[in-house]
Amino acid sequence: MSSEAVRDPFEAPRAAQGRAPDVFAPGGWVPMREYRDDEAVDFVIVGTGAGGGTLACRLAEKGFSVVALDAGPFFRPLDDFASDETEQTKLYWTDQRIVEGNDWMTMGGKNSGKAVGGSTVHFAMVSLRFRPDWFKARTTLGYGADWPIDWREMWGYYRQAEEALSISGPVSYPWGPKRPRYPYRAHPINAAGMMLAKGCEALGMAWTPTPLATVSAPRGKSPPCVYRGFCRFGCSTNAKQSALVVWIPRAIAAGAEIRDLAMVGRVETNQAGLATGVHYHREDRWRFQRARNVVVAGYAVETPRLLLMSANDLFPDGLANSSGLVGKNLMTQPNQAVFGDVAEEIRWSKAPPSTTITEHWNYDDRKDFHGGYCWMGQGPLPIEWASIQTGSRGLWGDALVREMQNYNHAVGIKMVGEAMPDENNRVTLAEETDRYGLPISHIHYSWTANDRALIDHALDQMEQSMRAAGVKNLFRQEQDANHLGGTARMGDDPRTSVVDADCRAWDIRNLWVCDGSVFPTVGGVNPSLTIQAIALRTADRIEALARRGEL
Amino acid sequence: MTRRFPGYDVLDKRTTLSWNAPTRRAIDRRLAVHPGPRFFSAKEWVTLRALCARIIPQPADRPPVPLAAYVDEKMFLDKTDGYRFAGMLPQGAAWKAALAALDAAARDYHGCRFSELSASDQDALLTRMQKGDLAGPLWQGMPSDLFFSKRVLHDITSAYYAHPTAWSEMGWAGPASPRGFVRLDKDRRDPWEAAEAYPGEEAKAYRENKHVV
Repeated sequence: MSSEAVRDPFEAPRAAQGRAPDVFAPGGWVPMREYRDDEAVDFVIVGTGAGGGTLACRLAEKGFSVVALDAGPFFRPLDDFASDETEQTKLYWTDQRIVEGNDWMTMGGKNSGKAVGGSTVHFAMVSLRFRPDWFKARTTLGYGADWPIDWREMWGYYRQAEEALSISGPVSYPWGPKRPRYPYRAHPINAAGMMLAKGCEALGMAWTPTPLATVSAPRGKSPPCVYRGFCRFGCSTNAKQSALVVWIPRAIAAGAEIRDLAMVGRVETNQAGLATGVHYHREDRWRFQRARNVVVAGYAVETPRLLLMSANDLFPDGLANSSGLVGKNLMTQPNQAVFGDVAEEIRWSKAPPSTTITEHWNYDDRKDFHGGYCWMGQGPLPIEWASIQTGSRGLWGDALVREMQNYNHAVGIKMVGEAMPDENNRVTLAEETDRYGLPISHIHYSWTANDRALIDHALDQMEQSMRAAGVKNLFRQEQDANHLGGTARMGDDPRTSVVDADCRAWDIRNLWVCDGSVFPTVGGVNPSLTIQAIALRTADRIEALARRGEL
Repeated sequence: MTRRFPGYDVLDKRTTLSWNAPTRRAIDRRLAVHPGPRFFSAKEWVTLRALCARIIPQPADRPPVPLAAYVDEKMFLDKTDGYRFAGMLPQGAAWKAALAALDAAARDYHGCRFSELSASDQDALLTRMQKGDLAGPLWQGMPSDLFFSKRVLHDITSAYYAHPTAWSEMGWAGPASPRGFVRLDKDRRDPWEAAEAYPGEEAKAYRENKHVV
């Protein structure tokens, strides 16, 4: 390994001089095409996660010229990733944000990423499809807003995403319309996952091995998962099928340029009201990349922040904001949990955190509130487990130290639930500025009454199931949230949405948004597979529009 | 306190297949923490050390994890968490304000500094902080309960449970790159995981823990 290979990836950009890091080889490089700043590329994409990374790959493969910028570094997992919670906080977006509201959001951790590959570098790999009715939640279920996309079309894109990511999952899935078997066999179930199964069976609920984006057998240069259990802190073996490992290498091979450590501060528009490119900060100076189309893919906080801080004389309220909805309807997902312990040794940090799941309450509508939720097995590492003990039980001192020594016997389950869109939950710009002189985000969040009803129901159900499984000393983690969505929602009416079904801004036809921000509703499952399916669809739509001369 | 994982030291695995080079680098850096203080004043340092000793009491029969040094380092390097509640000061300013306020509260109730109180009086004062019962101009508008949960507990317990000493104490297998694990069922332990000392089996656990490689 050369000393250059282990050079701090934060120090200077790695993707430069015609080459990019080879994520599969220690110290390795792959050739990368480069574009000049003054060369108007077909697409400049801001963000390289589940949305931007996927779209960069597919657009490049379709022959478009693509430059994709990411504010974070370009890691080589084999060189750069430690088995360590603290060290790996380098994967998070830890720049300052102001949070407020009754249920203010904890940022800077699991719900945000700052790296090439975005938060897929540290996501828990749970890869689920929406329940079909959620795409028409308003019409069929009476809440939220309809998506402008039909579920049958999404079913095809889900399948494409599952195949691209080699999802490991069950042969038959217990809920929803028939789907093919998952491409790779399901992973073995760890002791924590078996406790979920036991609890579900005691309550008469179905459960299944979780469809996961980590391979259960070799795939290309990815070796099978070795069950380290550090998935949420970056996969150091490349078993995880993150955007960094799946989409980015494909994008580069197809001729896209990736620019790491490139923070975009402004989207420029001309007198005609069209986007002309982006101002970005790289290597201590501001630069401007010209582009025929701009795609914003920074996730549901950075995307509205960029649109709002790009305000100009023609668009005084920010870009793509004639509806006034940019930054509004922010949704996170309730992520409450029930924990306890058993006499047996569970050692829940072995294997991916969620080897089993139940979507029972996503498909059973006998509830007196809107929306659904699933729950899944858990395996928090020591720092997170300590934060749950201090945060949920207020433990410290000898009581905390004693409880932590019971770690190998702890077990629990955690929900991912559907929060309602509410315009009061929003991202705005603060007075305070960051190191680039850009206004930081101010995030306001409170659960709605419906959210609280859903959370109470889920906590009761999870507690019943854990009790039925024989788990003792149960307690609830009542405040936690994860995943983002909603701040640039898609729709079929420019007055009530920011982008159309193709993720194209109503107001500026060469400006696109491609990430979780476009979700009108978030459903009761983890969002990454849906974000990738939407990006795959968007790439196909762009190709079709270009063919018709409508780009 | 009887040791639940006798003889287990996660650092014994430092050169095994469970620790890759980036992990060794990260943990080496952590163990070489600057002794401090570089951010806090000498006076604040005394109070901070007393506070850390109550949040994580440590046994006398091993070198203590230098908790105050980790808090000092985090503030000195201004390593932020990525968010701040609207009513809170930036983290370093918040710590300085709260340590002054804690000493002032100790003086109000007991007529001496926080570090000079008995452990039980210190705990009583910290319980008041945890309940949000401490207030006054020195807090600069920060709710004391929020400071306690988001700074005191967060910064100190995150430092402790990032330390190999804490991992050994709780019987956690620790770093696992690239080897990972094989035995995933309940009551199954890979030979490179800690063995728990069940009553009557302390010697067996000790023997096994001396062979976690």
